Amino acid sequence: MTAIDLGLPELGGLAGVPTTDDPQKAKDYKSDQEVRWCPGCGDYVVLNAVQSFLPSLGLKRENIVFVSGIGCSSRFPYYMNTYGMHSIHGRAPAIATGLAVARPDLSVWVVTGDGDALSIGGNHLIHTLRRNVNLKILLFNNRIYGLTKGQYSPTSEAGKVTKSTPAGSLDHPFNPVSLALGAEASFVGRAIDSDRKGLTDVLRQAAEHRGSALVEIYQNCPIFNDGAFDVLKEADEAEKRIIPLVDGKPITFGASGEFAVVREGFGLRVAPTSEVSASDVVVHDASDEHLAFALSRLSTQDLSHTVTGVFRKASRPTYDDSARAQVEEAKAAKQADLASLLHGRDTWTVVG
Amino acid sequence: MSTDVGSGTEVRKLDRVVIRFAGDSGDGMQLTGDRFTSEAAAFGNDLATQPNFPAEIRAPQGTLPGVSSFQLHFADYDILTPGDRPDVLVAMNPAALKANIGDLPQGGILIVNTDEFSKRNLTKVGYAGNPLEDDSLAAFQVHRVAMATLTIGALEATGLGKKDAERAKNMFALGLLSWMYHRPVEGTERFLREKFARKPEIAEANVLAFRAGWNYGETTESFAVTYEVAPAKLAVGTYRQITGNTALAYGIVAAGQRSGLPVVLGTYPITPASDVLHELSKHKNFDVTTLQAEDEIAGIGAALGASYGGALGVTSTSGPGVALKSETIGLAVMTELPLVVIDVQRGGPSTGLPTKTEQADLLQAMFGRNGESPVPIVAPQSPSDCFAAALDAVRIALTYRTPVLLLSDGAIANGSEPWLIPDVEDLPDLSVTFATEPNATDGSGEFWPYLRDQETLARPWAVPGTPGLQHRIGGLEKAEDTGNISYDPVNHDRMVRLRQAKVEGVEVPDVEVDDPSGRARVLVVGWGSSYGPIGAAARRVRKDGLQVAHVHLRHLNPFPRNLGDVLSRYERVIVPEMNLGQLALLLRARYLVDAISHTKVQGLPFKAEELQNVLTDVVKGLPA
Ligand code: SF4
Repeated sequence: MTAIDLGLPELGGLAGVPTTDDPQKAKDYKSDQEVRWCPGCGDYVVLNAVQSFLPSLGLKRENIVFVSGIGCSSRFPYYMNTYGMHSIHGRAPAIATGLAVARPDLSVWVVTGDGDALSIGGNHLIHTLRRNVNLKILLFNNRIYGLTKGQYSPTSEAGKVTKSTPAGSLDHPFNPVSLALGAEASFVGRAIDSDRKGLTDVLRQAAEHRGSALVEIYQNCPIFNDGAFDVLKEADEAEKRIIPLVDGKPITFGASGEFAVVREGFGLRVAPTSEVSASDVVVHDASDEHLAFALSRLSTQDLSHTVTGVFRKASRPTYDDSARAQVEEAKAAKQADLASLLHGRDTWTVVG
Repeated sequence: MSTDVGSGTEVRKLDRVVIRFAGDSGDGMQLTGDRFTSEAAAFGNDLATQPNFPAEIRAPQGTLPGVSSFQLHFADYDILTPGDRPDVLVAMNPAALKANIGDLPQGGILIVNTDEFSKRNLTKVGYAGNPLEDDSLAAFQVHRVAMATLTIGALEATGLGKKDAERAKNMFALGLLSWMYHRPVEGTERFLREKFARKPEIAEANVLAFRAGWNYGETTESFAVTYEVAPAKLAVGTYRQITGNTALAYGIVAAGQRSGLPVVLGTYPITPASDVLHELSKHKNFDVTTLQAEDEIAGIGAALGASYGGALGVTSTSGPGVALKSETIGLAVMTELPLVVIDVQRGGPSTGLPTKTEQADLLQAMFGRNGESPVPIVAPQSPSDCFAAALDAVRIALTYRTPVLLLSDGAIANGSEPWLIPDVEDLPDLSVTFATEPNATDGSGEFWPYLRDQETLARPWAVPGTPGLQHRIGGLEKAEDTGNISYDPVNHDRMVRLRQAKVEGVEVPDVEVDDPSGRARVLVVGWGSSYGPIGAAARRVRKDGLQVAHVHLRHLNPFPRNLGDVLSRYERVIVPEMNLGQLALLLRARYLVDAISHTKVQGLPFKAEELQNVLTDVVKGLPA
């Protein structure tokens, strides 16, 4: 037994969250607040997908909490008829960590963006993933700062001309999936806003995963970075570029599976399926961290290939479960006797 | 009055003594001081202690930066400070002598470990000659004791290596001092056997060294006098010794128990506050969770998240950490959630003097956030008072749903004193009620998260998981009552004033004026850890036949209701602070009082003597 193996039973991501048999509909999850994103914003699609998906979990609505930071996407909690906190820039994972530790009966979701999660909140994101707090983190990546009106973000391509970088940005961008995997994330997935089915599928797996689940969602910002992901949305281009992952299945893609992923050196490359033997086609295994990282590198900033689906799903004790277990063990081992704590070992008595 | 005992040693009775143990940081001076303190406590003296650590973790041996000391003041009456200057200085090496001799008054007792006074060690700290051999120490009663040699000799039979044996020389020093001051010894022997239970040979060596020190005093001729300090007449009850940081941690544990809430401490290590984390992490059986976060911001974020979930969220830090936490404190002000922010102040600005004390975060606590962001402030006045102050901070946080700043400082964090242990049943009831029902006043059946309690102006605490009360909160301005986002100018003005009124309305007790004669014309106002030196100075001034009144503020925001009235009753108001006049600034602004500021920022507490002089000057300067 290693030091971190607390002998906890394997639990699903939603274990401990009260459920209901009352039928739920998407509209039950809509709050009375008017949604105020720009027309055509990708956030609408994601909001709808989440509102449509949540009823299928059968949870009591009051036991779901959305915590967000600052940015366009961080308005999300206001539109959900659940509990929610719209916090401060970058800090949602920290706040959600405290909430998740204190309340095992809640399903806690973090909504964040590329600026919020990867720039100002980068530190909290990586440490939350490392600790494996039972949170579902939805990272809306539009590769731009929307709320502050169009500055480049940590996922913008180098050389991006924006209001703050008239001569082109100098920064090399993050690959959020590689970053999350490097930060020891136990679950990492990616989806595209326009792909309702793919998004829902990743969300479901994330919800069922016990531990931190990072889901990167490519999200179009029609105002400041319109069409950033268009090549993934035009049918014939998408087929050549999107590599959907299915655990346990060979990784092939294209209209008729004409492309395949094969090993090359320490990494992976795409080859015409016809030119490789079937046994060379990589079979996706979400428990293999090396494969997950190699797949993350197959996705390039220019979107010539984009891997979607669940890269990694690994079972590891969660921080919040372990923290609660320590408290429970301590309670079982020693009665909470305040008077004896205050007295300590050495006392003396003054008599009148 | 003197009596003679058998050995021919004269016994002198004293009412108080200050001893300072000083040595290299590897010499175990903190342990030595701690043990002497326990002996004094067990004997029934009142006492106060002040450790002084080197800033570096392992400064080079025998150097000035490596000197560690522990000062202890014990008396047969109630004392208020660890003492201005030592009556007795124990110096284990030349560096300790050099760093501390300036504080020893003429005629003071100096006990020196001669074994360390080699040419090399002397040169290391810049002594040209050996001060033990010239007349530079002529003003003091010097006792030259070869402590290392004597310890090694006493341990010869144990078969312990020379190096290990030599390490017990601090217990030799303790034994000698215990003999000089007629201290009980059983406690120390028991302590040593427990501490080194797993290494019985080391335990035995320490006990032997301790006894050797005692016997050395008894048998050599060089100590002609021993001293007795009778037990103090303290209030009836059971006491223990406690440091400020331990008392703070216990206060938080007690608050969790008395509120019935689980405690979640989200924090990040920082000097001198880390011991609060260390202590709380030991008490998980009281439903205390400690979370060492990735940074200060995450620490308070987790605490606030836990509060949102219905736990008692606490974060602990020092000044630089408060700077990082400001934005989250602002969020707690806006979301009106309970949160306790412990700031164990240290010398600033920036990294400043991490191991030294200062009380210069008052204005940061008061104003260090964007926008109008009022926060109640509570400050403990002594190590043991940290317990009650922590409970009080929690009371305010829970009752008014607000972050509360608890301002301790380095002097009381590590200092210790006897604590009259309260009865658990007498601790305040801090139980809270969570919202369970919709509360809208318009018949809509909705839940309004910002509908306020008429008396406290607190909003309901509706924790996630409560059916029917789903709502969203956040940092954006809220509409009054409904809590929906609102950019309405009039609403904003109203909400800013409501948040301010809520904090101004926090119930705090009136200040009590310490003015025994009732005839004082000068009032000294202090806050926080300066209670001891100000109180001691005031006593001395009164002893000289002059009158001075003393008010000490536990609550800095809001101020006690009667404070303005009290200030107006005196011809002069003087405010000593370990900053450049932060409380004085607030008092002047709030009460239009012409407060005189007396300030010092040397990283050290005030001395009673210096404040005595300041107060005396003010009193004597009054017009007839
Ligand atoms: S600025 Fe862009 S991301 Fe923000 S709401 Fe508008 S379209 Fe959406």
